[in-house]
Amino acid sequence: MLFGSHFYNFAPAKKLCTVLTKRIIPCLDIKNGRTVKGINFENLIDAGSPVELAQVYSSQGADELVFLDITATVEKRKTLVALVRQIAQHINIPFTVGGGIGNIEDVSALLQAGADKVSVNSAAVKNPVLIDQLAKEFGSQCIVVAVDTRHVEGSDWVHTHGGRQITEINTHRWIKEVVERGAGEILLTSMDTDGTKQGFACELTAKISRDLSIPVIASGGAGTMAHFEEVFTEGYADAALAASIFHFKEMDILSLKKFLKEQKISVRL
Amino acid sequence: MQVAIIKYNAGNIQSVIYALNRLGINPTLTDEPEKILAADKVIFPGVGEASTAMQYLKGRQLDQVIKKLKQPILGICLGLQLMCSHSEENDTTCLGIFKQQVKKFNSSSHKVPHIGWNSIMDYKSSLFDQLVNNAFVYYVHSFYAEVGEHTIAQTDYVLPFSAALQRDNFQAVQFHPEKSGQIGEQILKNFLTQT
Repeated sequence: MLFGSHFYNFAPAKKLCTVLTKRIIPCLDIKNGRTVKGINFENLIDAGSPVELAQVYSSQGADELVFLDITATVEKRKTLVALVRQIAQHINIPFTVGGGIGNIEDVSALLQAGADKVSVNSAAVKNPVLIDQLAKEFGSQCIVVAVDTRHVEGSDWVHTHGGRQITEINTHRWIKEVVERGAGEILLTSMDTDGTKQGFACELTAKISRDLSIPVIASGGAGTMAHFEEVFTEGYADAALAASIFHFKEMDILSLKKFLKEQKISVRL
Repeated sequence: MQVAIIKYNAGNIQSVIYALNRLGINPTLTDEPEKILAADKVIFPGVGEASTAMQYLKGRQLDQVIKKLKQPILGICLGLQLMCSHSEENDTTCLGIFKQQVKKFNSSSHKVPHIGWNSIMDYKSSLFDQLVNNAFVYYVHSFYAEVGEHTIAQTDYVLPFSAALQRDNFQAVQFHPEKSGQIGEQILKNFLTQT
């Protein structure tokens, strides 16, 4: 036994009842330092300052935030580090930064600016050793591996470049590999459900999450509050991420969390 | 008020500085013993690996400095673990301020690391003044300190562990108050107003 019986002598008489809660994570798309809104990265409109929007989400009870940088050019990406610093100065909940992160230097700059985690996607697919390097240098806890997947001809396949390009990598095999290489969390986006508002890919999420020793953030398909309930109960997700339904104020986070609590799902309220 | 943050080779220090800035405090990030000893309050933060952190502290005699402190000191996350007697992480002898052992979560039913919001209970310190019962705080860790005589709050994940520890002026929390929203802010405020 790892824990001797003496341990329990110190335990309180009453039963402990603390529970790790399911997380609700709004995702903000960032272009040239501004928040943008659009459907599938098209018809983007300026949605204001990322810091202000982040503060709104945080006050509504968001558990974490994800900032996804979709700026096209390397030159303009430098504004991202300055933005991350501003966010870290104003936000008192954890946040992850992703989008186009390709090497140790990118990650180091973002973490030093105050990001809690970074998310890597295409660069890790191209060069899987990057995950080992990042985990060793900064610790697994701050390395989120984003996996975009689509069901094609009976199997799940990893996609890159915002989900547009199929690879020859099987999603389930890939996720096992990135966990072995030191990923701390998986951000799983189903390209089949993304943008549909017909619900998360619960079956896929469950298959992956129940097998894994690290948390899975489910993404893609949120349309109703019941969809969140499903992805936590049937999908075994540890966290759920959504963008447009929060941006377009179709759902507010506080009401969502109250709903989930009524359904006996543990949330932070 | 002079608040010193102990500078060593651990991550996540910037977030602690920003959190203090939001409370109107401008802390000094330093590894100079005189500055640390002269501060009104000391914060010992950090995310990282125990053995390399201990090596770094010993190399600058900061291990001796920390043990000598008489003013309120708050360890955060790895800071808490380093203030315990021993860590299973690379079999590291730590500072021994708290008698606790630091162990790795070992579970087939729970995911490790323990990442996310969990609640704390059984408060036994002014650090938790004005908090609701079972307040939610943010955790990211794979190692934990056992429950023992210095435990001043507990969380249950895999098993009940020390969410916070205190021995005289030495206090430490396993969670991240700097990332725990308003609850975390209140805990930092409580620490800063201790006399």
